[in-house]
Amino acid sequence: MDEGVLMKYAIGILAAAAGCGGCDGGAGGIELLNVSYDPTRELFKGINQAFVRTAAATHVRGVGVKTSHGGSGAQARAVLGGLKADVATLALAFDIDVLADKGFLPRDWQSRLPNNSCPYTSAIVFLVRKGNPKKIRGWDDLVREGVSVITPNPKTSGGARWNVLAAWGHVTLNGGSEEQARDFLARLFGRVPVLDAGARGSSTTFIQLGMGDVLLAWESEAALAIRETGGDELEAVYPAESILAEPPVALIDRNADARGTRAAAEEYLRFLYTDEAQEVIARAGFRPSSAATLERHRASFPPFRRLFTVKEVAGGWKEAQKKFFAAGGVFDQVYRPEE
Amino acid sequence: MARRRLPGFGLTMGATLLWLGVLVLIPLATLFVTASSLSPAELWKAVSNPRAIAAYKLTFGASLLAAVINGGLGLVLAWVLVRYDFPGKSFVDGLIDIPFALPTAVAGLTYASLYSPKGWMGQWLVPLGIWGVLTPFSVVLVMVFVSLPFVVRSLQPVLEDLGVEAEEAADSLGASRWQTLRHVVFPNVLPALLTGIALAFARAVGEYGSIVFVSGNIPFRTEIASLLIVSRLEEYDFGGAAAVAGVLLFASFAINGMINFLSRWSRRHEG
Amino acid sequence: MKGRTDTPWWVRYLVFLMAMGLAGVILLVPLANVLFRAFSGGLGAYFGALADPDTVHAVFLTLFVAVVSVVFNTVFGVAAAWAIGKYSFRGKALLVTLIDLPFSVSPVISGLIFVLLFGAPSALGRWLDGHNVQILFATPGIVVATLFVTFPFVAREVLPIMEATGTDQEEAALTLGASPWQTFRHVTLPTVKWGVIYGVLLCTARAIGEFGAVAVVSGKIAGKTDTMSLRVEKLYQEYQGRAAFAVATLFLGLAVVTLVLKSAVEWRVKRALREAAPSTGSGQAPSEAA
Repeated sequence: MDEGVLMKYAIGILAAAAGCGGCDGGAGGIELLNVSYDPTRELFKGINQAFVRTAAATHVRGVGVKTSHGGSGAQARAVLGGLKADVATLALAFDIDVLADKGFLPRDWQSRLPNNSCPYTSAIVFLVRKGNPKKIRGWDDLVREGVSVITPNPKTSGGARWNVLAAWGHVTLNGGSEEQARDFLARLFGRVPVLDAGARGSSTTFIQLGMGDVLLAWESEAALAIRETGGDELEAVYPAESILAEPPVALIDRNADARGTRAAAEEYLRFLYTDEAQEVIARAGFRPSSAATLERHRASFPPFRRLFTVKEVAGGWKEAQKKFFAAGGVFDQVYRPEE
Repeated sequence: MARRRLPGFGLTMGATLLWLGVLVLIPLATLFVTASSLSPAELWKAVSNPRAIAAYKLTFGASLLAAVINGGLGLVLAWVLVRYDFPGKSFVDGLIDIPFALPTAVAGLTYASLYSPKGWMGQWLVPLGIWGVLTPFSVVLVMVFVSLPFVVRSLQPVLEDLGVEAEEAADSLGASRWQTLRHVVFPNVLPALLTGIALAFARAVGEYGSIVFVSGNIPFRTEIASLLIVSRLEEYDFGGAAAVAGVLLFASFAINGMINFLSRWSRRHEG
Repeated sequence: MKGRTDTPWWVRYLVFLMAMGLAGVILLVPLANVLFRAFSGGLGAYFGALADPDTVHAVFLTLFVAVVSVVFNTVFGVAAAWAIGKYSFRGKALLVTLIDLPFSVSPVISGLIFVLLFGAPSALGRWLDGHNVQILFATPGIVVATLFVTFPFVAREVLPIMEATGTDQEEAALTLGASPWQTFRHVTLPTVKWGVIYGVLLCTARAIGEFGAVAVVSGKIAGKTDTMSLRVEKLYQEYQGRAAFAVATLFLGLAVVTLVLKSAVEWRVKRALREAAPSTGSGQAPSEAA
């Protein structure tokens, strides 16, 4: 009887393994792994479907794409830690620079694709409860008494780092001193009850768990949240000024060459700039790099009075990372959860 | 049973030790190796910084509270299941085992949904100021769920064995119901109750999945030790993660030692 | 409702109501909530959610991992129970404690140790990477972590029976000319059969439901390294609560099946223990999973 049980299980393994073996990619085809940041889940669902359709038309063997999502910094470290991704579509250039520094791709990676390797951009906006009961209109409202702010953890999330730089820029680019900016950040993070690892985690905390008065979110994330919750719980507030978030994409040469997927991966990245993909991007709430597509979707992307860049705020990502997010940097100085 | 009267000792013991070593001992040893890669000062900081202390306090405090609460709830449930007869009794008895069989992620998912402001329970509890999510109370709540069966299942056999004869004897000697319960039933039940509470405590301390869904994972408020470990891991602070894990592991071993002691003591008392 | 006859009826009724109320609120209502939410979009949405390719993959992956874990831990569990139960040697208690170790280790730590062992920073990790072997962020990592958390189940359930039955029957068979393997197959296995089945049951249930350990080692790549539990979390995070609950109903069904089988097997195991050692009186009852 026992053997019977064991035999059944053995057959079970073989069957499941056979079933599982056929689960990955096309029949003997290529499967690309795209390591991305947190809010791009729906975006890449659409992109990957479209890509597979077009690639299927031009490739003899089937191409499949899988995507992994998480906080941008955490994802970069995962690649360093052995996650065999062919393509990186992370939240900021620094997270890909980290990979370049370790030899995963050449240092001039950003100039290999148009628009500084950014097929889409975004900005930081505020997501609030419908009716905006706390009357949050601009950055200064975030540090008012009684306002609770949700943002992810800058140590792991790309979106969180854009948030911090946007807040800093709001002070320093309007004539404020570094001291004042530091104070502003300290007060801001004093209003933050919890730091999730990624932008989507913060969205879940804000929306599903109902915590906080305002979520500092990617414009795309805010649009998605409003769409998914039916539009009667949340609204997006566009502050007068914000930071232009430029999430780049790149081929991870070392992994693609080792896995023999270079050609397919390069085609995947080029696909992101085609009209078809740009349309998907715009509909997902990301600002497309193609001016024509952006114009068509003008209504979804209200203008800011001012969108400053990371260069203006800190001189570039390398400088920003060192000054703000490295151990002992500005963020470590201002974030005091025990108080 | 004499040594090696039967063949096969070498093979089976060898296989056992190999499997044990490779799968259990070496990985666990890696934990201590990693933790010791930190300097003593770093190690101390990783283990005793305010956020870690808050995490330990919450983990052990909430687990203890949940275990004690289950002591009471479990006693009532076990009593009713053993002493009373009613239609649907075996259904209720089966229900008790659900936390054993239900994955923690599902428990977390449904509790988060239930006690959030829009959930069935949350919709009238939240206006009363009772938050079953995002608070230390929410942590205790799911811990009660996952560890309830331990108390009930520890008590049931003892209550069954006890039977009603002792109670009837006390009653015929003139004791009031309350006296009977206090002096006849309770002392006999106490060892099993304590064992059950200890098991519940151990289970609650190890809980992770359900707490992740409901608690909001707020440092210094609802962040349990396991969560702190994951945070450290996500920041690739391996040493810090290993250090906190080491503390948690030692505590778990100590708790288990206590449980073994309690259950041996309680079995001695039964005979 | 029968009970002690001298307790005031209203006290008994109150206690009964209290117990039922507690069981209802703590246990039943959450289950009902799962069913309600899962079907709140109608049957079409329910089956649609279950047919999602990534969800289907998660189910197959979970089953695969569970089967592998069960097979290996059963073989080694029975071997361990044999080695410990049929011989006397020093250090037995220590060995049993070591085997029980995974029970004391919380799920996250169970995953952490493998990240530390196989991760890039470690020597082993670098070696693996150099040889292009992927353990973490892939199925093998999930299997290893699950093997760890389910390690003791079969051994624990079979050991008491092995001990209780002693060596007489096996010795008799050997003197009658049976080979060791034949002895094991035809004498030992039938007596411990129900213990093995019970252990396998607990092992399977635990393997399928594991969350913490797997969350730490998996790459959480939808359609690749998401188990069913991780899939539930992911769906919840992607605003697909209803789909998350749909997957949860699968777990619910599995839980019910597990419990039914468990009680069916449990009394058989108790009986096997009683029959094995009638002179000692009460055998050890099968232990509950921690």
